[in-house]
Amino acid sequence: MMKNTHINFIGNRKIAMTFSGILMVIAIASLAIRGLQMGIDFTGGTLIEVGYEQTADLTALRKTLGDSGFKNATVQNFGTSKDVLIRLKLEEGVSSADLSTKVLEAINKNTSVPAKLRRVEFVGPQVGDDLAQDGFLALLYSTLAILIYISLRFEWKFSVGAIIATFHDAIVTLGVFSVLGLEFDLTVLAAILALIGYSLNDTIVIYDRIRENFRNMRKTSTEDIMNIAINDTLSRTIMISMTVFLVLISLFFLGGEVIHNFSIALLFGVVFGTYSSIFIASPAALMLGISAEDLIVPVKEGAELDRMP
Amino acid sequence: MILGVFLISLIYSLPNLFGEDPSVQVSSTSSLTQEQASKVESTIKTSGVTSKAFEFKDGRILVRFKNTDDQLKIADLLRDQMGSDATVALNLAPTTPTWLQNIGADAMYLGLDLRGGVHFLLEVDMDAAVKQAEERYSEDLRLAMRDKKIRYLSVSKDTDYIKIKFKAIEDKSAIFDMLNKDFKGLQVTEPPEQGQLWLKMSEADAREVKKFAVAQNMTTLRNRVNELGVAEPVIQQQGDNRIVVQLPGVQDTTRAKEILGTTATLEYRLVDVEHDVQKAVEGHVPVGSKLYFDKNKSPVLLDKRVIVTGDQIVDASSGMDQDGRAAVFISLNGVGAAKMGKLTQANIGKPMAVVFIENKVETKVENGQKVRHKEKVEKVISVATIQGAFSKRFQTTGLDSPQEARNLSLLLRAGALAAPVDIVEERTVGPSLGQDNINKGVLSFVVGFVLVVLLMAGYYKVFGIIADVALAFNVVIVVAILSMLQATLTLPGIAGIILTVGMSVDANVLIFERIREELRNGVSPQSAIYMGYDRAWGTILDSHATNLVVAVVLFAFGTGSVKGFAVTLIIGILSSMFTAIAGTRMVINWVYGNRRVEKLSI
Repeated sequence: MMKNTHINFIGNRKIAMTFSGILMVIAIASLAIRGLQMGIDFTGGTLIEVGYEQTADLTALRKTLGDSGFKNATVQNFGTSKDVLIRLKLEEGVSSADLSTKVLEAINKNTSVPAKLRRVEFVGPQVGDDLAQDGFLALLYSTLAILIYISLRFEWKFSVGAIIATFHDAIVTLGVFSVLGLEFDLTVLAAILALIGYSLNDTIVIYDRIRENFRNMRKTSTEDIMNIAINDTLSRTIMISMTVFLVLISLFFLGGEVIHNFSIALLFGVVFGTYSSIFIASPAALMLGISAEDLIVPVKEGAELDRMP
Repeated sequence: MILGVFLISLIYSLPNLFGEDPSVQVSSTSSLTQEQASKVESTIKTSGVTSKAFEFKDGRILVRFKNTDDQLKIADLLRDQMGSDATVALNLAPTTPTWLQNIGADAMYLGLDLRGGVHFLLEVDMDAAVKQAEERYSEDLRLAMRDKKIRYLSVSKDTDYIKIKFKAIEDKSAIFDMLNKDFKGLQVTEPPEQGQLWLKMSEADAREVKKFAVAQNMTTLRNRVNELGVAEPVIQQQGDNRIVVQLPGVQDTTRAKEILGTTATLEYRLVDVEHDVQKAVEGHVPVGSKLYFDKNKSPVLLDKRVIVTGDQIVDASSGMDQDGRAAVFISLNGVGAAKMGKLTQANIGKPMAVVFIENKVETKVENGQKVRHKEKVEKVISVATIQGAFSKRFQTTGLDSPQEARNLSLLLRAGALAAPVDIVEERTVGPSLGQDNINKGVLSFVVGFVLVVLLMAGYYKVFGIIADVALAFNVVIVVAILSMLQATLTLPGIAGIILTVGMSVDANVLIFERIREELRNGVSPQSAIYMGYDRAWGTILDSHATNLVVAVVLFAFGTGSVKGFAVTLIIGILSSMFTAIAGTRMVINWVYGNRRVEKLSI
């Protein structure tokens, strides 16, 4: 696929940086202005999925719900034309715990073919706040853990470079969700964390080669060492992106509506993760002033590694 | 060694290939008798439904059916027949052969999003628990002071303190003695005002009360869930004040919610016949009495003293009285029975009232603030004249419907909640969606797997096929470990396995690329293999370790189904390191080992 490539990734870092800079600005601007379409996991609220035997009449459904006092209900198809998703926000002065029961009663009151309940999700305001807080903490702690691990195994400049690349992926993916107005729920948060793991994995492989090259090619310039490392690992980087991409495509098309956004987040994440590992992570470490000296001291480290079983 | 691991994994992943039978489980707190079992068997036979199997073991009956329609039909029949003698629950019984069950091999536990059911997160109202405890303390203080002949003016409770007011200064030391002896849990403050003592529950005591409230509520919820007839329910504490209740297979969420959330109970009081009800309605409620309303909103004046409360009820069942009205039949414990006996003896010919009490908690958003409204609904459900003395067993009528009578008797049997609970999260998945999710999950897994297998074989040829074998092995190990741990498999969990398929070839890709590199550098095939594995190892360790760190964080902070995703990811990462390195090495040694190799198919 990619044999003996000699692409000057590092030399062209300005182009990549500019491109990423623009992406970041768009993502952050969209996140700031449009924000994320937060799912009920974080905002609290009620979500009811019902299935009909035939194509559902959304207009009639909206009218029924409106007449029954559910003015703020949003009604849309979910996956197929027979499945309907009804969302209700937390409302002032309305008790929420048994809302789903009332909604189902309302929509089945006047129909001969009652809707079949497929799914109800109700998240109270207290829980929504907790879930959001836990999600934020998960991001924070995983970042810290990575920072510490890479600092121990490599060098702090690498670890900062890896964090920059990873944050880039996470923010751009969130930006995609913001721009496209896709719903951000718990599974998407899990996907973002999984993508952080994936993107790091990619970055580490390249860093590992850079470290090796630093030790073996003492006379070569840092820039060249990075270029060689990225080129040498390029076919593995692309190969693994492809395998992950393939399973995600399968998940996206066949996995069902419930994990649609999950697979979208990971699909974008894999693309950006691969890109950032190649174009961002190493130049970032370079700009922080990484040099052979930083890695010469722990030269024994490689020898101390556990041998494979 | 590797083959051993493979064989064990294969055996323990086997149960997942067998399906599950829709079945009905009949059980009771005491073992069912052979007689009851035969009765159930004949009921099924006469109903015209053919069952797949009938098992009577350890005092429990399990009947398997071909489809859910049969299952539901029989369950309804048996519920009517067994009444409150036994609980009839719907279940999915695994069809794992006995020899596998005997070695402890069970299928993975399917999460609610795959099998259908309800998930509730309940929050225990801790403030209410503490308030109740303070009320108990006030009552106990009054009693203790009366016992010790301490003349006090009042014991009152405001938001912060229980305040004792007393007349004579010399009583203060007596009160202090009593507090030190019998009320160690209370902290005493002396306010500037003379003749007063302010008491507050100590931190430790309050903590104890809260802990007890959660524990007590879990017991009660467990009892209630058992009464509902749910197979394999999950009731767990989450955090300090929340309880997770998972009811697989339950579809009637309305009833489940009613049963779990309510704190309905009964109280028996004498009717105050000496004072005028009309005056009380106008605002002159006599001391020692309290104004209630019955279902028709007409006022009833009742004595403040309670004869018996729901706590003293040991058993309750529902049915019809002689006139065909819905009734609850009640049995009291010793203390309650004695009290009831004494009072009814002394008050023959006077009316007695039954008060139905329900605590409702509602969370509403007002002005952007989340406010919890607590509402105590108290209504008089019946007033009847005491015809003769009774104590231990009696009946209560006045309920709206047989359904209400059934629910009330269930609640009385299961015991009261120590503190009100509030449903703060609900996730219900219907059975059709559950099956859909399984089908879609399996399909996308198979397609993703095949795509990766083809890509690897196409790109790395023989080595790719070897990696594919390792990949299949990896999936078997992940499934086996999930089954052994009896971890819960959720839809995101399946997504995690699928993602693992994509990522676990990573180690092989790293190794193979290294081997290719070495070959390009002119190294002989055998040493290229050796160096490929050797050099890639450090990289694999670092890259997988970071991935693992993230997965562990996800596990620590994830809730519910997200945790399932993290679990499969963690297991997948670990086992892929084993299969992709040791597994492929072994196969490659078989294929290329101990002979001269001119060219590698890579």
